[in-house]
Amino acid sequence: MKRRDFFRITLPSVTLPMLVNGFSMQAFAESPLAGLIEAGEENDRVLVLVQLNGGNDGLNTIIPIDVYDRYYAARTNIAIPKEKILTLQGVDHTGLNPAMTHMQQLYSEGKISIVQAVSYPKPNFSHFRATDIWLTGADSDQVLESGWAGRYLDESYPGFPADYPSSKMTDPLAIQIGGIVSPALQGPLTTMGMAISNPTSFYALLKSEPFAQSPSRAGDQLAYIRQMSMKTDQYAGVIKQAALKVKQQSDKYPAAGKNPLADQLKIVARLIAGGLKTKVYMVSMGGFDTHSRQTEQGDTTSGNHARLLGRLSEAIGAFMEDINGLGVGDRVLGMTFSEFGRRIKSNASGGTDHGAGAPVILFGNKVKPGVMGTSPDIPEQANVKDNVGMQHDFRALYAGILRNWFQKEPAETRLVLYKDFQPLNIV
Amino acid sequence: MDRKSFFSTLRRRETPAAGDWDFNAVKEAVEAGIAPVKGKLNDTQLRHLLRRAMFGASENDLHHFSGKKIKKIMQELLADTDMPAPPVNNYNDPPEKKDDVNYYVDEEIPEGQTWITATITNGKNNGRRKNSFKAWWVSQMLNQSPNIREKMVLFWHNHFATETAVIDNAIYIYRHNELLRKHALGNFKDMVKAITLDPAMLKYLNGNANTKKAPDENYGRELQELFTVGKGPDSRYTENDVKAAARVLTGYRIDNKTFTSVFEPGRHDDTDKQFSEFYHNTVIKGRKKEEGKEELDELIDMIFAQPEVAKFICRKLYRFFVYHQIDDKAEANVITPLADVFRKNKYEIKPVLEALFSSDHFFEAANYGGMIKSPVDLVVGFCREFEVKFDNANAVPDQYGLWLQLQQQASSMQQNIGDPPNVAGWQAYYQEPQYDKLWISSDTLPKRNQFTDRMINNGLTRSKAKLVVDVLQFTKDIPRAEDPNALIAELSKLFYSVSLSPEEQQFIKVNTLLSGLTNMQSDHYWTDAWKAFLQNPDDKKNKDVVVKKLKALYRYMMNRPEYQLC
Repeated sequence: MKRRDFFRITLPSVTLPMLVNGFSMQAFAESPLAGLIEAGEENDRVLVLVQLNGGNDGLNTIIPIDVYDRYYAARTNIAIPKEKILTLQGVDHTGLNPAMTHMQQLYSEGKISIVQAVSYPKPNFSHFRATDIWLTGADSDQVLESGWAGRYLDESYPGFPADYPSSKMTDPLAIQIGGIVSPALQGPLTTMGMAISNPTSFYALLKSEPFAQSPSRAGDQLAYIRQMSMKTDQYAGVIKQAALKVKQQSDKYPAAGKNPLADQLKIVARLIAGGLKTKVYMVSMGGFDTHSRQTEQGDTTSGNHARLLGRLSEAIGAFMEDINGLGVGDRVLGMTFSEFGRRIKSNASGGTDHGAGAPVILFGNKVKPGVMGTSPDIPEQANVKDNVGMQHDFRALYAGILRNWFQKEPAETRLVLYKDFQPLNIV
Repeated sequence: MDRKSFFSTLRRRETPAAGDWDFNAVKEAVEAGIAPVKGKLNDTQLRHLLRRAMFGASENDLHHFSGKKIKKIMQELLADTDMPAPPVNNYNDPPEKKDDVNYYVDEEIPEGQTWITATITNGKNNGRRKNSFKAWWVSQMLNQSPNIREKMVLFWHNHFATETAVIDNAIYIYRHNELLRKHALGNFKDMVKAITLDPAMLKYLNGNANTKKAPDENYGRELQELFTVGKGPDSRYTENDVKAAARVLTGYRIDNKTFTSVFEPGRHDDTDKQFSEFYHNTVIKGRKKEEGKEELDELIDMIFAQPEVAKFICRKLYRFFVYHQIDDKAEANVITPLADVFRKNKYEIKPVLEALFSSDHFFEAANYGGMIKSPVDLVVGFCREFEVKFDNANAVPDQYGLWLQLQQQASSMQQNIGDPPNVAGWQAYYQEPQYDKLWISSDTLPKRNQFTDRMINNGLTRSKAKLVVDVLQFTKDIPRAEDPNALIAELSKLFYSVSLSPEEQQFIKVNTLLSGLTNMQSDHYWTDAWKAFLQNPDDKKNKDVVVKKLKALYRYMMNRPEYQLC
């Protein structure tokens, strides 16, 4: 093998895990060929994806007022009392779960857009498969290896990772806070993102204190490897630099550890305001697989689902306040999504089973405020098989983001989504 | 970027950035000595033994030794085994390359036949044979029997370090390696003599240029400093001893027809050689004619009379197999008694290894995970632990090509077998105070992770042959793989020599096998998908789901720092 070929094979491959407090933080190694190709996005717009793992019950999130009786009949044991539904300014056919007060406020400020009944033809009811479909942008019966956001980044930053960081794109293309890099960020060849596995690892990075040395033989070696990976990670430097530029953040965030999503979004706000050119951020929260005890018996406005929606609403409320306080609000578009909604009819365990269509909530200063679409069709006597039918294909939503937010050309959008979808007019 | 600045970039990034690390910090002491461990070894102990004495702890080897008494395990681990078939011609160019400038077909040695007996060596075949040799060597490690020999070959290669780039001729290179393998578990004193007369070593340390007219001290020095008495505080040989040893060693040259070394009395210094007090003022009497050869035996006897020889080798074994720091307790409780075993057994290697690997000290839990895997340990151990198989065992060029790729992977992580940095071997085995931490740098750590990622994702390929982890087959062999908690717990034992906390295991489960589903009752989603796959392996969509999750799981587990330890 020629020396050159050898390096081509070994160097630009995959990821550099940065290992912090036992969790990995992955980023790409600096390529020695950096700077050969200059490419990238001209605008400074950012997308924040909020993944709700488990399948969020859309009907108890965005609640139909115009067909309330059918809604109530289908899920009496978990239905939100009509008078408790939070109203949306200027909208009378639908409202919010009572836990979502911050969202209600944002809506009245014109910073929320609700897209009803998002799904795809022949919806899949398996968490894993449905998640893959949403993250890869596939048809129901199609298996794709790369993620939709990964393909967008690959399209916009050709030559990644070999030619990056470059003088124009000094920063990670995508950052995931929490967990390991999402399949949504998987590019055609390699992942386009890095992960900050948890907030603790992020703050450990900022402190730059050496890892506590351990007297244990293995512990000493582990700490050394973690220390080394953190110190030499190409992107650790720019992340730290950006974060340290931000001296103060909104006091609306709950105390650390109380609301994991808020903790994640707080980091995102800090990195955006600190000047990272990163295009896509991903955060997530789990717990939406509410097969039983979705609400408290007796008080359906409280319980597991309400707690989750409360956190979601609180986190996004604090985040929006923060980015606007930091002066970067206009650059940010956020989107919540889940692998599916839940069944129209509730089950006997006080929960809901896997369903199909569900609302997507977009947030940001620049969203086109309002509710897109109508309340879901709910049969007069819903049976266990009834699902929320599709009004919007999730890829039309992606097309809207690509065309109208990231300002990609139709041809580029087609390359990312493999087909033409009528872009939703969301911003 | 041109090649020069390319390499300067690499160099810049290789500098460890851990200036504030206290490498000398005192680590927990291990009190135990070399008394044999009692009872049967449990799986944790057995894996520890396999990770150190072999390349990786493969499940096959674990099952092979499981339930056996330590005495029996040592018998097998240290047993003499047959010498492997030598490397073959894998390097003929295919006919379609006929028009290439560098097109080459070996007219003397057909494809698949060994080249170690070739009579024609030239610029076209020698480089190809060197690569063939390195690939073949990797295959010896990959296919090692449940036996320590291949690990010892690497130990001795690091000890009697030579570079193929200097020896140059592939046949000498092979014969040198064969010598290490033959003596790997034999008698150390015999080995030193054989190495002294080995043509490859004669060339590497200029022994063939060492004549009475122009003595060359290179080998005479390293024989003492690096190969036998070492540089320990009690090793007080003098510069004059170096000169005297060099004079004893004058007169050898290499016969390029027989590939052996030849003694030429006319080039030998036949005057008396006076040694220092350290060697009890020994005088090696100068001898004339063929008798001059006998001086070497006297020299070796004189050196091996020094207790430092046994101590030096035992310390080196300890650093290679147990832990890099030798504190006072280890010196007193392990090195000293082990050196006694070595001397009592007249420098037979097996009794020392048996004492070390059966000892309470070796099996102290504090030693688990105390070493950083060398690149070869990582690369070969990974393939063995994952039972990575070759698609086509019959296509010699593909087989060798893939082995060579593995060799080059380890090489890119700074361990190029056959070509250590210099005669002292790899720094990780001797450089105070960092020792094995030197394997980890800003350059090599990403490469280690890229290697495991790649082996799990797409693997290494050569024409149609492929080396890749079969995540489905591998997982099928894990008991209770349908239970994500059991699966991760089992994999942690398989891959790591240190344990993960329950929180860390949960984190791995949620983020890889469960797509972020955090509810405690979500485990069944993995169970369902896995069972569905077992029942209906042809369901492409479900299979895709399962494969993606397993790949994410294995990639992540290999990327954790725990996998760098052994």
